[in-house]
Amino acid sequence: MALSLTVEKLSKSFGARKVIRDLSFMVSAPGSLGITGRNGSGKTTLMRILCQLVPPTGGRVAIRDGDVEIASADCFNYLKMISPEMALYEMLTGYENLRFFSTLAGVRRNRTEQDELLESVGLIGRGDDLVAAYSSGMKQRLRYAVALLAKPAILLLDEPTSNLDDAGKAIVLEIIARQKSEGMLIIATNEVEDLKQVEHVIRLDN
Amino acid sequence: MSSDWTTKALAVLAKDIRTELRTRYSLNALFMFAFTTLVVVSFSLGQLSLGVQVLSALYWIIIFFASMSALSGVFVKEEDAKTAQTLRLFARPSVIYAGKLIYNTLLLTILCALLTPLYVVFMNVTVPDWPLFLVVVLLGIIGLSGATTIIGAIVAKANVRGALFAVLSFPVLLPLLVAAIGGTDAALGGAGWAGAENHVKLLVAYAVIMITASAVLFDFVWNG
Amino acid sequence: MVRKYLQVGLFVLLAGVIYFSFTTPAPQQIIGEASRIFYYHIPMAWLTFVAYAVNLIYAIRFLKTHSELDDFRSLWSAELGTMFCVLATISGSLFAKVTWGVYWTWSEPRMLSIFILLLIYGAYLSLRAAIPTPERKGIISAAYSIFAFPTVPFFIFIMPRMMLSLHPADSVVDKNLHFTMGGSVLPIFLVSLFSFTVLYFWLFGLGIRLHKVQLTRSEEA
Repeated sequence: MALSLTVEKLSKSFGARKVIRDLSFMVSAPGSLGITGRNGSGKTTLMRILCQLVPPTGGRVAIRDGDVEIASADCFNYLKMISPEMALYEMLTGYENLRFFSTLAGVRRNRTEQDELLESVGLIGRGDDLVAAYSSGMKQRLRYAVALLAKPAILLLDEPTSNLDDAGKAIVLEIIARQKSEGMLIIATNEVEDLKQVEHVIRLDN
Repeated sequence: MSSDWTTKALAVLAKDIRTELRTRYSLNALFMFAFTTLVVVSFSLGQLSLGVQVLSALYWIIIFFASMSALSGVFVKEEDAKTAQTLRLFARPSVIYAGKLIYNTLLLTILCALLTPLYVVFMNVTVPDWPLFLVVVLLGIIGLSGATTIIGAIVAKANVRGALFAVLSFPVLLPLLVAAIGGTDAALGGAGWAGAENHVKLLVAYAVIMITASAVLFDFVWNG
Repeated sequence: MVRKYLQVGLFVLLAGVIYFSFTTPAPQQIIGEASRIFYYHIPMAWLTFVAYAVNLIYAIRFLKTHSELDDFRSLWSAELGTMFCVLATISGSLFAKVTWGVYWTWSEPRMLSIFILLLIYGAYLSLRAAIPTPERKGIISAAYSIFAFPTVPFFIFIMPRMMLSLHPADSVVDKNLHFTMGGSVLPIFLVSLFSFTVLYFWLFGLGIRLHKVQLTRSEEA
């Protein structure tokens, strides 16, 4: 499977303010890309455009499987994003969140598999607690577990280590290493440590 | 419609029911609003002997205002808690719409199941034709949630939701209210199925049109 | 230059309509002088529907193109339509007072339908005001205006059959589709209808030209 993500002449403006202008790049799997730039330079906006959560003002984003372009309505099946802007259900427990999102993703995960996932993000034993009772670092860990449920071909990380302690950061490094060798990884961050993990870096400066 | 699609839509429904049972946020507000309105109406008009037409109109006015207090919740909650973004990366819009539509229909069904006996008692109503009455109420509920579910998704994207929901819904719901009040009038006044035929047809047509239009437009609203 | 001649032509036509609508015999003998409002009321009602139809067309187009200009066209036509709708409601209400003795009645389907349009587009404009980001404003309000549209035929075609109409059904054409009004009435009415329609399209184009100028200004700034 040679999956690739192509960005062609992308631009985005909010009213008269141009945030992204004429941006083109391509990433193919296995591979990784870092996006950096000062606050307000459009990192998060670019990530949201890549996920098709926001339409671009000009240009386009295409995901191709070999030569076949994936219809934009199906793109969400190929990518998952982890971002502080995307929350899980606070009034459901960790297990319930995992079960709900795995049903939506069309993958059945039994209790043992759910436990393995929780273990890999260091949340084992907390699966029956309501997410509302989690600390912000634990919520961030659960986001990883949910995003990895369906083993996405493309993983986008927006501020991947925010709210995480050292143990959490180590877990993220492991996930990053696995994702960039097995699939595609795109990170938006200003942390130098995170940028060391990727092959190419794009700097957004208007 | 594959069974896969149905499973996912039902998962959305089950998720909403589970959170609702834990918080009781919408159901309590919905029922208490309807109950308070019923008491106010009964208290201020109870001494008068009201005609069948007035009784059917009041019944639907109570349901209309109660639903305005709660039906936008399913989408407002998702946008406010930022879970809507997560959902977009996990499911097709049609799955979400179907789950939310069934949820709102269920919520209204429970409301009417609780409200109707109280209405009969408090307003001193006799219902000569229960089957017709129930058919009209059920069709009215489906039309009501069919039209307002997408409007809930619309107001979830805006700022002043409470007032806006009623403002956007009322003109769209007027045909439904006219037909539902007419049908209820026939059921309470003894005109029977013959008298209610046009209203029932209209209620069916309304629900079909509104749900079809919603299904077409929901993608734009949800991703907009 | 051509535009200038068209403007002068429109001015002459509208001035002619105003002059002749008051100097010729009243269109309807029984109602008398007040029936002259017919030359204005019907064009206003007609343009309400034209403007809202244009709003709908550009709303559908905007969902495909996402072009800011299509959104503006849709909005501007809705605003013009609302102006005509208010004028049609007021002129209709005055006419109702003279002919039926009341300013307002709920049992008249055509009054109801124009009132529903006012509610729908009032809601449409308040929805726009409540959404902060411009692109989302366009998409969401376009979806609402398309969604609310199916209610309109209901009031025009179905409600009149369920209610007894007070409206003069044979005021313009009778049951055999022949024009009922003789003499100077028909020509004045048709010229009035035509020139008010041109007036709408002129206003529509004017707003769009102004908008384009503002756009280039803000881009230069």
